[in-house]
Amino acid sequence: MNISSWFVARKDLSQGNKTLLGIGSFLFPLLIWCVVSYVPFVWHPMVRISNPGDVDYFQSGMLVDKTVYKDEQANMHTAGKTPPQGKPANPIYLPAPLDVAKAFYTGFTTAPDQQDGQWLYQSLWHSIQIIFWGFFLSSIIGVPLGIFCGTYTPVSRLIEPFVEFFRYLPAPAFGALAVAILGIYDGPKIAIIVIGTLFQQILIIANTTRKLDYALIEAAMTLGTSRIKLLLHVILPGVLPEIYRDQRILLGWAWTYLIVAELIGASSGITWFITQQARYQHFNNVYAAIFMIGLLGIGGDMLLAALGKRLFRWNLSANKE
Amino acid sequence: MNTTNHLPSYLEQSDAVRNRFDRLKAREVLLEIKDLGKNYKTAKGIVTALKDVNFTVHRREFVCVIGPSGCGKSTLARILAGLESHTSGEVLLDGKPVTGPGRDRGMVFQGYTLFPWLTVKKNVMFGLEMNNLSATEAGREAELWLELIGLEKFAHAYPHELSGGMKQRVAIARALVNQPRILLMDEPFGALDAQSRVKMQAHLLEIWRSIDITVLFITHDLDEAIFLADRILVLKAHPGEVQELIEVPVQRPRSPEQFASPEFLATKARLESLIHTPEPEPDAEVKPHMIRFVNIADNVE
Ligand SMILES: Nc1ncnc2c1ncn2[C@@H]1O[C@H](COP(=O)(O)OP(=O)(O)OP(=O)(O)O)[C@@H](O)[C@H]1O
Ligand SMILES: [Mg+2]
Repeated sequence: MNISSWFVARKDLSQGNKTLLGIGSFLFPLLIWCVVSYVPFVWHPMVRISNPGDVDYFQSGMLVDKTVYKDEQANMHTAGKTPPQGKPANPIYLPAPLDVAKAFYTGFTTAPDQQDGQWLYQSLWHSIQIIFWGFFLSSIIGVPLGIFCGTYTPVSRLIEPFVEFFRYLPAPAFGALAVAILGIYDGPKIAIIVIGTLFQQILIIANTTRKLDYALIEAAMTLGTSRIKLLLHVILPGVLPEIYRDQRILLGWAWTYLIVAELIGASSGITWFITQQARYQHFNNVYAAIFMIGLLGIGGDMLLAALGKRLFRWNLSANKE
Repeated sequence: MNTTNHLPSYLEQSDAVRNRFDRLKAREVLLEIKDLGKNYKTAKGIVTALKDVNFTVHRREFVCVIGPSGCGKSTLARILAGLESHTSGEVLLDGKPVTGPGRDRGMVFQGYTLFPWLTVKKNVMFGLEMNNLSATEAGREAELWLELIGLEKFAHAYPHELSGGMKQRVAIARALVNQPRILLMDEPFGALDAQSRVKMQAHLLEIWRSIDITVLFITHDLDEAIFLADRILVLKAHPGEVQELIEVPVQRPRSPEQFASPEFLATKARLESLIHTPEPEPDAEVKPHMIRFVNIADNVE
């Protein structure tokens, strides 16, 4: 591919090139991570002690700052004692890709450290359930209400000003309240996701509904369509693909509320797993869990996108994606 | 235009044409418009789109409405369709006042308004199904109409797979399958290329001839208006008022050869004088003064 051909506005790409670039978009950050992790002279601000020498507070396997290490080495030299030995290393919070990959695998194969602990997949499954119920409840209210607001101006004027106000209230701020009302288990977590999603959802769906070409509504009216049928047979099918797309974006937002939601009350799910692992400084596990969320998110979205393509075959813009 | 001197007056009618008009006017009045007026309230004040419009249309008549841009043609069609309210006067269809949109008045719009989520056949079935006809019956009717417009092969295609002309043919079928009393068409062929436009005009006349339908057709193309219409309603802008209701002296059945006939040219000359003489549009006063940017020797003319 010629570089100058990259910057032709909205030019379409061949399927092969699309796939290639898609893979590249993942390989590129991975490559940077590998370089930082495996090339010793890139970054590596710490030293992992392999032999403490005569430094009394050094231990084998300990991570120390490079300057401390250099000072102690010089001290030992001048004192004529055995200098410590070690290898350049990265801070503990940046594990190497291979370690994370291993943690990813062992997360599914090893039993939890603590007796009351959960397997990684159990934590994940719990999180998925929270997301599902939160998003489901929000959608049951938000989608119909949004469509009503987008269709009937009085409904919109009655509902939207308050919703507009409410969406600026940060959902996590309702955490304590939700716990007081709904207990410490899943109730308040689901509630936080609902509060975080619902108000945006109403406004977004209402706007999407308003974007339906009014000429289609007029055409239907001149064909003798009654009001209720107009909603069911024109407005609904007309905006469905766009609403479907909105829902995909909103589902992504719901995931971002998950972490906050799971910290409320008795922490649970993937967030509980992450905080536990971070407490024991198992950062490889932390990264593995974070990637797991990412994979679930993008995997789910790709699935929904493929489904949308089949559902809305008539929709040109959906098929272009 | 010195040729006008040799033309007959557009008011002269051959016996055949006069007889036709007599028969036409003997038909019952389908649409009656009395002192129709329409004001729009805008941020800049009140805009009078239509003022004191009076005319009647007989059953199975083909009326064209022409006039300069902004004279209220679309407003008129939309009021008749019931999509817009009027501020004064009356609109009577079969003697009953028009209050809102209804299946007795079909409409074809300039933009494409087929439902993109429905196949061609389902689009045609739409009106019938909305009026509680069973799906099988609606399907049968739709198939009949698809055959009539020659699109039976595209029954299961989606609108985005059709050309502009095909889309408008489906839109006409979709409106007519409902058996409206009158078909309102607002520049339906305005977005088509010249060739498909001519085809569509002939096609429309054929449909009009074969079924019991009255047509009110809006256009700003003079040839189109003369080719299609029995009578042409000429509006003028600011405010939109009726200038003249012209009886087209061109014989039926119409054919493209008649574009050069004296009656045709006389009518066209009259329309041109009606539409183009009034006070110049504001943009007409902005005269471009072009500077030559190329070598004098490099002449394209
Ligand atoms: N919704 C509206 N609100 C305010 N003014 C309007 C509205 N619709 C039309 N008008 C005004 O009414 C006048 C007539 O408009 P209309 O669209 O009927 O003209 P038209 O003859 O169909 O023009 P064109 O040939 O460009 O389609 C114009 O001056 C226009 O600015
Ligand atoms: Mg118009």
